[in-house]
Amino acid sequence: MDADRSVELQAAVREAAACKTPLHIIAGDSKKFYGRAATGTPFPVAQHCGIVHYEPGELIITARAGTPLAEIEAALAAHGQMLPFEPPHFGPTATLGGTIACGLSGPRRPYAGAARDFVLGVKIINGQGEILKFGGEVMKNVAGFDVSRLMVGALGTLGLLLEISLKVLPKPQHELTLAFTCTPQEALAHITEWSGQPVPLSGACHDGARLVVRLSGSRSGVIAFQRKLRGEVVNDGEKFWQQLREHQHDFFKGDALLWRFSVPPATPLLNLPGQLFIDWGGAQRWLINPLPADVIRASAVKLGGHATLFRGGERIGQVFHPLPPALLALHKRLKTAFDPHAIFNPGRLYVEF
Amino acid sequence: MPCYTVRMGQKPPAHTPEKEALLVALRGILPDHSVLCEGEQLRPYECDGLTAWRALPGVVCLPSNAEQVQQILRLCGQMHYPVVARGAGTGLSGGALPLENGVLLSLAKFTRILEIDADNRTARVECGVRNLAISEAVAPHGLYYAPDPSSQIACTIGGNVAENSGGVHCLKYGLTVHNVLGLKALTMDGELLEIGSKALDTPGYDLLALLHGSEGLLGVLLEVTVKLLPQPERAQLALAAFHDVTQAAQAVAAIIGAGIIPAGLEMMDNLALCAAEDYAHAGYPRDAAAILLCELDGSNEEVSELIMLVRDLLLANGAYEVHTARDDAERLKMWAGRKAAFPAVGRLAPDYYCMDGTIPRRHLSAVLTRIAELSRHYDLPVANVFHAGDGNLHPLILYDANQSDERTRAEEFGGEILQLCLDAGGTITGEHGVGVEKLNQMCAQFTPHELVQFHEIKHAFDPKDLLNPGKAVPTLHRCAEHGAMHVHHGKLPFPELERF
Ligand SMILES: Cc1cc2nc3c(=O)[nH]c(=O)nc-3n(C[C@H](O)[C@H](O)[C@H](O)COP(=O)(O)OP(=O)(O)OC[C@H]3O[C@@H](n4cnc5c(N)ncnc54)[C@H](O)[C@@H]3O)c2cc1C
Repeated sequence: MDADRSVELQAAVREAAACKTPLHIIAGDSKKFYGRAATGTPFPVAQHCGIVHYEPGELIITARAGTPLAEIEAALAAHGQMLPFEPPHFGPTATLGGTIACGLSGPRRPYAGAARDFVLGVKIINGQGEILKFGGEVMKNVAGFDVSRLMVGALGTLGLLLEISLKVLPKPQHELTLAFTCTPQEALAHITEWSGQPVPLSGACHDGARLVVRLSGSRSGVIAFQRKLRGEVVNDGEKFWQQLREHQHDFFKGDALLWRFSVPPATPLLNLPGQLFIDWGGAQRWLINPLPADVIRASAVKLGGHATLFRGGERIGQVFHPLPPALLALHKRLKTAFDPHAIFNPGRLYVEF
Repeated sequence: MPCYTVRMGQKPPAHTPEKEALLVALRGILPDHSVLCEGEQLRPYECDGLTAWRALPGVVCLPSNAEQVQQILRLCGQMHYPVVARGAGTGLSGGALPLENGVLLSLAKFTRILEIDADNRTARVECGVRNLAISEAVAPHGLYYAPDPSSQIACTIGGNVAENSGGVHCLKYGLTVHNVLGLKALTMDGELLEIGSKALDTPGYDLLALLHGSEGLLGVLLEVTVKLLPQPERAQLALAAFHDVTQAAQAVAAIIGAGIIPAGLEMMDNLALCAAEDYAHAGYPRDAAAILLCELDGSNEEVSELIMLVRDLLLANGAYEVHTARDDAERLKMWAGRKAAFPAVGRLAPDYYCMDGTIPRRHLSAVLTRIAELSRHYDLPVANVFHAGDGNLHPLILYDANQSDERTRAEEFGGEILQLCLDAGGTITGEHGVGVEKLNQMCAQFTPHELVQFHEIKHAFDPKDLLNPGKAVPTLHRCAEHGAMHVHHGKLPFPELERF
């Protein structure tokens, strides 16, 4: 049932702040595996839910953070619209708040933008129990610092999300998935070539055996590029991208350590053993590999990117790529600026705050 | 841009012993000719594009490398001198307005393009590189940098990041924040921050987003890594003429409602389009109450398909004429009128005041009607230029500062327009920033708690409040004086804070 629980939540946060009680914010609990292990008193927030305002003609939606992601996507689909960043749900209980707090984006990300690119405004409770609003429901807004985007990927460490306004887009008129049997090296070369040309890509990955790309746009435009690129049409293309987005592809089965490399897209193949799945047109590479974390991280840095221990293993060490000292110090100061009593999800992002 | 009015001090700031000490130390960091402190040398820096506000800076520094900037910042930090960064000075909200007791840090010498990486579609450039120079440099690779503010021949990428600038193609391709992958910046204490890379994301908080639109308050940007896009196969521009502004607004809604995201969707009213026509001879119909410029880009096939659809939608919503550009030359000519709209309108009156509110699109015609009423009430003409696709309005209020009270009337009129945008659920600034100009309106848009949160963010970067102090975020004291503080149930919020 839709409900505005902001008053109760605010009272609870104030009390936690007064007693300096750390809170472990829980909404759908679908991304429990992500980030560092949670500590603190479980603090359920999913009841604060419901779509507050959806204006298809304006391409915006505002919803309470506990709203199920599935509910939002269904509302958008009813008007032929979508969340262009294709957030993974990782379970039926995923909420909008958890999606934004984790800041994860799916296969369309390199072409349409990431979760942070679509956030227009937020309402939060900060660590002093104050309800604050930043941004809004308009596409362009530079009044005040961009706190809305700062919340994306902060894993709830800066504040409790109450409401989020997002920009949405019409679903493409036509989509087509093409597959090419080739090596990962060949796949990267193709992607690099096509990305430098006006090819209407909306997904590009290599699943170990095939380069799979998605084209989106007007029907005539998509067909024109299908002729140029050739390739084999994948009939259940939509299902393929859906499975990739939700990590239901065979590659992701099992519970081995899963590393996520975020690197410049044209980076040559990593010189590391293990299994590899290339997504985001080369910019996101999934690696199943038991090497020690520091070896993995050093190679990510050498390639100009960073590595996250996405899933599995002990979640008590550094899960995200360690920050250089100047940035770490700044992160701590920002954390204190929002949450001076360190009550929100302490240690979930980094061990230091 | 000519300067007509004077608000702040015009006398060169006095030389004090502390200032002498500062000058000596600065000359230890920079060659003598890169430290300016005499009257006429300072003049070019007295204002940015918001010419109604001026002040002569205490000192102007023209560093040419990162080490010099770092040393200047450390020195100013130790000596407690405020620092204002300046790019090209085209800002329209007074963000680069100097401080009389401070150092103006001009980044004009940071003009090197450091790296073009065609395979990864990125360019790493110094902060003083002009926006258009990036697209020019990468054009041989078939690439371009998408955000295109109308000031793009002059404004710098550092200024673009600091303001999160937009342009006529931002509807489809996003604002500066959507097109930047990495930054190198120095904090006021001279600490180097390297944020982002050529990868698509970066660990930790999204500092990249936080620095966009931070108006030079959080750090001095040195380098920017931008994302490049392949040049579209084809672009086509349709110009639609309407007898009625409301119809033009409806046509905008109809196009977006049909699931089409044009590369650009711009509107000009009669006063603006006639001024632009006189100035740029773009071929605009002078008898139209409003025109829409709608650009589509993509593959040949896609553009051909969509341009017909758009044409039908425009006609169905009351356009009495739709003209599509014959070729690229005509397309660029048609854009030239729009891109020159500000200087063109600038010729109609001695002064103009450019507003920058954004509203939900559905309120476009109501807001326009109200602006017309206000124009009659204040007896000042207003020309309207909009990024119609994303609801960003640029009403240009025409006035003459030499006429007794016209300037005050223009400011009051502007204030009412911004309030109107807030009442419509919008914002006081879509892309020009708050600067010194919209500080009072910030008090209306945000609650004291929210403003305090902004100050806390500022202090996380700059605890001594030395980098562009007094801009972008008003003090609570100022809001209390301005009387625009949110009052709920007759009580001032936040009584526990001592500041009144
Ligand atoms: C005719 C005209 C048309 C315009 N059209 C548009 C438009 O279409 N869209 C739009 O968004 N804007 C537009 N503008 C506004 C302006 O051009 C932009 O805000 C631009 O980004 C400012 O860049 P600049 O280099 O001139 O910055 P400046 O005016 O020099 O500075 C702007 C702000 O950025 C800060 N700053 C500058 N460089 C740095 C740096 N390296 N590090 C830290 N802070 C820095 C300054 O302190 C200041 O607060 C227009 C202006 C004019 C005069």
